[in-house]
Amino acid sequence: MDTQLALWEVFIQKKSGGDHTHCGSVHASDSAMALQNARDIYTRRNEGSSIWVIPSQFVTASKAEDADMLFDPADDKIYRHPTFYVMPEGAKQI
Amino acid sequence: MTNQEALYIYLLRLGDNALINGHRLAEWCSRGPFLEEDLAMTNIALDNIGRSQAFLKYAAAIDGKGKTEDDLAYKRGEREFYNHLITELPIGDFAYTVAKQLIMSCFDVLVFTDLSNSKDETIAGIAAKALKESRYHFVHARDWSYRLGKGTEESHRRYQNAIQDLWMYTGELFEMNEVENILLQEGISNNLQEVRSNWINLIMPILQDSSIRIPTVDYMQTGSCKGIHSEHLGHILSDMQYLQRAYPDAKW
Repeated sequence: MDTQLALWEVFIQKKSGGDHTHCGSVHASDSAMALQNARDIYTRRNEGSSIWVIPSQFVTASKAEDADMLFDPADDKIYRHPTFYVMPEGAKQI
Repeated sequence: MTNQEALYIYLLRLGDNALINGHRLAEWCSRGPFLEEDLAMTNIALDNIGRSQAFLKYAAAIDGKGKTEDDLAYKRGEREFYNHLITELPIGDFAYTVAKQLIMSCFDVLVFTDLSNSKDETIAGIAAKALKESRYHFVHARDWSYRLGKGTEESHRRYQNAIQDLWMYTGELFEMNEVENILLQEGISNNLQEVRSNWINLIMPILQDSSIRIPTVDYMQTGSCKGIHSEHLGHILSDMQYLQRAYPDAKW
């Protein structure tokens, strides 16, 4: 039997204004505890400026056996990368 | 007693409280109720050991005899330690540690709030950093207080017993002797009688919301301000100071 508390996914924002990146998971009985546990495990070496926690049960994941169908068709469509445009003069990035 | 002697003993007290509390909390390493809590406890332990290093380093400088913070931590006998008795008590079960942490973190938050305005700039600086840490220690202990107090019958019983057992150690947190009185006049330390009423206002609602009965005790333990300790401190020191005692001045 699994005696652990519920699982939460942890997202850490490194710097204010940046994106929150998934970094792992913690066990906790409620959202406040999940935030504290995430803080203690994933930001103790000054990695973060903001934390999101989300109950793992609410994550819907694609199935490994669907990977062929979902991702392989994108293999040969390099024209979807914006690399065929001439960079406008003065633009640093598109 | 000169102001310098008072300041030295006061800094030892601040440093020793953090050192012994940190050492006790570190005993949870690998023994936490689950991995996340194991890390939380050892984080809090390290916060305490870090601030003890800062206070003892300053104490050594005030003493002016060329000692380091390590000399003060590892080469003093138990009668020369001034930590509050509650910090040296064994960690007990998890509820006991949460009760200790609630009592001490409420105290630390109030003391470091005051000391961050100390006229002694070094103390004010260390206190401002320690206050941030202690505010988290407080939230951590408070939330566990609610969970244990209102959790299962067993968690409530264990937590209630811990608060009951520890209550007689809370009196000496607010004792003031010559050291505190000298430094209070100088604007360096704070008025622990005022801290006492603020501490009661802070901890009482948390215990009530945790469904915990407030203990009534007619005897309060005392002694640490004179260097008189329970039997537990000697055992802590024999463990903590072993290396320096067996291999004096060992370096690595």
